[in-house]
This record gives sequence, structure tokens and C-alpha cells, in this order.
Amino acid sequence: MPEASAWNAERAAEIIAEHVGLEGPMLPILHALQEEFGHIHSAAVPLIAEALNLSRAEVHGVVTFYHDFRREPCGRHLLKLCRGEACQSMGSESLAEDVLGKLGVGWHGTTKDGELTVEPVYCLGLCATSPSALLDGEPLGRLDAEKISEAIEEARAS
Amino acid sequence: MTRIFIPKDVAALAVGANKVAARIADEAKARGVSADIIRTGSRGMLFLEPLVEVETAQGRIGYGPVSAGDVASLFEAGFLTGGAHALRIGRPEDHPYLARQTRLTFARCGIIDPLSLKDYAAYDGWRGLRQAIAVGPEAIVSEVTKSGLRGRGGAGFPTGIKWKTVADTKADQRYVVCNFDEGDSGTFADRMIVEGDPFALIEGMTICGIGVGATKGYVYCRSEYPHAAKTFTEALQIARDAGYLGPNILGSGYAFELELRMGAGAYVCGEETSLLESLEGKRGIVRAKPPLPAHKGLFGKPTVVNNVLSLVAVPTILDRGADFYAGFGFGRSRGTMPIQIAGNVRYGGLFETAFGLTLGEIVEDIGGGTRSGRPVRAVQCGGPLGAYFPRSLFDTPFDYEAFAARDGLIGHGGIVVFDDTVDMAKMARFAMEFCAIESCGKCTPCRIGSIRGAEVIDRVLAGVRPAENLALLEDLCNTMKFGSLCALGGFAPYPVMSAVQHFREDFTPRVLAAAE
Repeated sequence: MPEASAWNAERAAEIIAEHVGLEGPMLPILHALQEEFGHIHSAAVPLIAEALNLSRAEVHGVVTFYHDFRREPCGRHLLKLCRGEACQSMGSESLAEDVLGKLGVGWHGTTKDGELTVEPVYCLGLCATSPSALLDGEPLGRLDAEKISEAIEEARAS
Repeated sequence: MTRIFIPKDVAALAVGANKVAARIADEAKARGVSADIIRTGSRGMLFLEPLVEVETAQGRIGYGPVSAGDVASLFEAGFLTGGAHALRIGRPEDHPYLARQTRLTFARCGIIDPLSLKDYAAYDGWRGLRQAIAVGPEAIVSEVTKSGLRGRGGAGFPTGIKWKTVADTKADQRYVVCNFDEGDSGTFADRMIVEGDPFALIEGMTICGIGVGATKGYVYCRSEYPHAAKTFTEALQIARDAGYLGPNILGSGYAFELELRMGAGAYVCGEETSLLESLEGKRGIVRAKPPLPAHKGLFGKPTVVNNVLSLVAVPTILDRGADFYAGFGFGRSRGTMPIQIAGNVRYGGLFETAFGLTLGEIVEDIGGGTRSGRPVRAVQCGGPLGAYFPRSLFDTPFDYEAFAARDGLIGHGGIVVFDDTVDMAKMARFAMEFCAIESCGKCTPCRIGSIRGAEVIDRVLAGVRPAENLALLEDLCNTMKFGSLCALGGFAPYPVMSAVQHFREDFTPRVLAAAE
């Protein structure tokens, strides 16, 4: 996963300016900011509000509505474990319990060393090769406890 | 040069297709064999992924499921000329799983290089668009109406009628919006076609744009599908450069431009009005209807909102005619439906067929029962908001009306199979929990009812006045069903009530069960 840059108001303003001409630019701006900085920094909210002629409350409302937008940075690696029914039918709930237990975190939690964040996801469209997950954007299917531990170890070692 | 085809569909990648491709390339190099590796979409036989195909004198020969460790033995067996091997499946199109299908929408998927205009044209691509340009807007809309195509997103609304409403609404700007927010667990048909045949969606949307007089289209893709988004972005650029999009499509004088937009992890944005709010840059809060999006949609302009599969069906309808398409099907469900067989199932994958197979045929004959080898106990059809069916309802034909008559829905065509270890009270509770997490908050019965619903189920299982609480759960479900604007709150009661109705034994208080 590419390292996120540290917050930089000038760079944020540039990113906003790049998208402001689009129809409905809000989500493209938020995605681009999160891509750059790893999360939506609170200082970005007034910048967006100013550029789009909205209130800060409206921007805050959008940021907090969508599950994807983080207001804090996540760990160096991001594991999204699927909890959809198709994954549940293949034992994803006990798999998740096992993974979370071993890492000592809950859903949305980050390991103490700041290496790995685990988030739930509700379907990755990998329903015939379940249980499934995305680790730093790479898909994993037909998972079991061993396979997922291996993948996590491999990511943490990288 | 031998051509080797290896899927890059994300489901194939999830089970190691990239490692297999790399190993084949290395092995070929080490053996001094010249091989051309072409990355395709998936054939949809996901139980065989990674499925490697080799072009031979007898046609394309498939081997699967291949792991990186199998590669050396495949070379030893002479797989480059179709040699015998334990993983050899013969010609994929002769495999019973594919041979039994009617592939109209997925005709090219898994066969062609998704980003090759040459491949797309060689397999009948752009013929629908050329026909559309030749016959003009009115004939496009009447042909789609005549085909009987109904929205494949789940609601099953007649596509042609929606298009006509948009075309007939006076406006300075109209929009075509493709709903690619395929959030239902157990569904992946939209994802597969966009990854495996993206030009088909571009062609379908362009035909729609010409038909309804829209010059601008948006594809709203869920963020859980980064691979599909990447492929589609590349396809857009290729199509634009070749004149299939832009101010003067193929010199016809018609203009149409397309843009890809990403969602941000909100399931409710698959609901069309919430999707439009999201595209406009707002919270994805559901709008009350009327006004219909066809009258006042994106930015208040008349807007066609169609699912990926509906739009991808359109080129075939224009190319081969409405009667050809309507010739497939059952009752008022015309054409073909890409059924997605998923979950705890032996032969999981995509099965495109005319409507009318029974649920039992799909699960047992085609799906081959469970992957765990245990008996099938429940099948959820139509995503997280679809009903759970027991085996006793396996005679239900796969058709919009037949499922509705049994308090179910086919939705987007996803079928999730569970074996006899499933705890249906837990699944019912999960349906409520999911609704609570994903509710947009507009309607009280959905926003609060779903949380109360989970609590009521907890009380039933804890043995707190179980009979009264089950009655309360039913009452709450009715409130949600009739008091919510959209399908999230309105349909969440389906999995809950079907679980209670068909699997009542799972709602026995756990404390009592443990004491026995």
C-alpha cells in the first residue's frame, strides 16, 4: 500500500482545485484527498466548504455518511474482511473472530504497533470463492485461518 | 506462438491467477517455448478458477483449477497442444456448466481480451450501436420496449417504459446513469461483465443516450470494486480515442460522453435516488418518489437509471431484434438472467439462462449441492434483503412473479446456499444488524426499527417472553415494510420473517435448549 503523505494544506487546495469543475465534485474530491493523505483531515473540511460554496456542516455530513472516509489514519496495512452472507455461509464469522482475536483488535481496530487495521466489508463480489478479503487492495479467496495468517505475515514483513 | 488465456477477473486473482500466469511465463521461458499470455475475463465457472486455456488445433482447451504448483506438470503433459492432464476439462464451451447456458449478455466474457477493440468487434461488438444509429431514437426505445426487458437491478421495472418517459420529458439536458453499485452479497454479475467485457456497457449506455436524447452518462461504481473500476477507466479511454464516445459518435452526429464515479462504501447508494444524491455530492439519503428520476433525476434533469445488466442486454436487442430476445423467458420475465450461484455451493459461478428453471434445479443440479458436502438447509435469493427459502420451496420457478407469490424476490439474481450448520436466528439477526449499519436514516422504521429488531431477536433467544417477542418482531417487520421509503427498510423484513416462518425451530430460546 502506498504511504500516505503528511497533511499539507497547499497540496489539499491543489487537489480540490483539480476537481472543482466536475459536476458533483464532492466525492471525487474526498476520494482524492483520502488517497493522498490516507484520511480526511479535519482541516480539509473548511477548504472544501469554501471551494464548493457549502457550509462546513454540509461537508462534515458527507464525510461522516460514507463508511469509506476515515477521519483518522489507518494502520500501514489495511485488511477488509468480508461479512456478507455468502462469506458467512463458508464460515467467515468464525474466521473473523479468530483473526481479530489473534491480532487483539476489534472491528475497525488497529494493532498496537500501528501495522494493520481490520475493517468489515459487506461483499467484495467474490461470493463463489468465499470466504473473501482484500488486503491492501489485493483480493484473497477460499480463505481459511492458515491462509489468512500467512497473507497477513507476508504483508507485515514487506 | 501459442496463445494462453488466463483470467484477470478479480475472483480468479483472489485464488492465485497472477501467480499462475507468472509461473507459466517463467516456465515457458526456461523451456524456450514462445507463448503469448492473454489476460481475459472469467468464463464464470468460478469453481474451476484459475482456469487456464490454450489455443490448439482442436480449439481452446481448458485446465483448472490450476495452482502455481501444477504448472510444471502441465508443461510435462504437453498442455500447450492440449495434452492429457488431471486438470484438463476439454473445450470450455462443451463443459456441461457452460453448454447448458444461454449466453447473450455474457457471450464474450472470458473469451476475449476485455480491452481489445479488435476482439470486441470480432465477436459482434458495436453491431447494436450501428443498428441504433441507423434506426434512430424512437425505434431504439420501441425495440427495447418490445423486447420485454425488465430492470435487472432487482425491481424488474420495464426498461423501455422508463426510457420512453425520459425521452418524452422536455429538458435541455438528460442523463443516463448506470447503477454499478452491486452491493448484494451473493451477486457479482455486474462486476464480472465490467471486468470481462467493458465495451458492452459503453455500447449499451451509448445506445440508451441516443434513444432518450441524453448526451452525458455516469457509471456509479462501488468502491469495493477497484479492479473493475481500473478496467473500465482504461476501456473508456480506448473507446473515446476510437470515436465510440464523444461529440460525433462514428460520424453519426450523435454526441455521448461517459464518466466513471466511485461510491464510498454505502450500501444504500444502490437505491437509485440515494445514488443520485451521492452523484450530486451529497449524503446518500433516499428521496421520496414522485418525482420519478425519469422526470427529475440527476441535478433535477430527466434521468435513466439502469443496472449494468439491463444496459449490457441492450446491444443484443438492437442487433438481433426484440423478438429474438423476447423469445427467451417465462411468463412476463423475458430474455435471459445471469444467475449467480454462491456461498456454500460446489459449483459456484455465473449461470446465464432463460427465466423459468426451478430453484431446486439451480441449487442441486447446476450448483451440485454444498461445497461442505453437508445437506442444503437454506437458500437466500436476491441479496441481503431477500428471503431465505427452505428445500420445501425448491419447486419455485426462477421468475419475478413466482418468487413474489412466495414472499421472496429474485432481486439481482444472486443465490446464496447454506448447509445444515447454519443458525437461522443468527442470520435473521444479521439482516437487522446490516440494515442498522447501512440505513441512510431517513425513515424511522428503518433507522430505529432495525436496531430494535436485533434486540427483540436477542430477547427471543434469551428466553424473555419468546412468544410475545416473536409477535412483536412480526409487528415491527410490518412497520418497516410499509413505513420505509426504499427497499432497505422495506425489504429487510424478508430475510427476517422468512427465517422465522420456515426455520421456526432455530428461534427456540437458547437458555432452554442448553438446559435440556
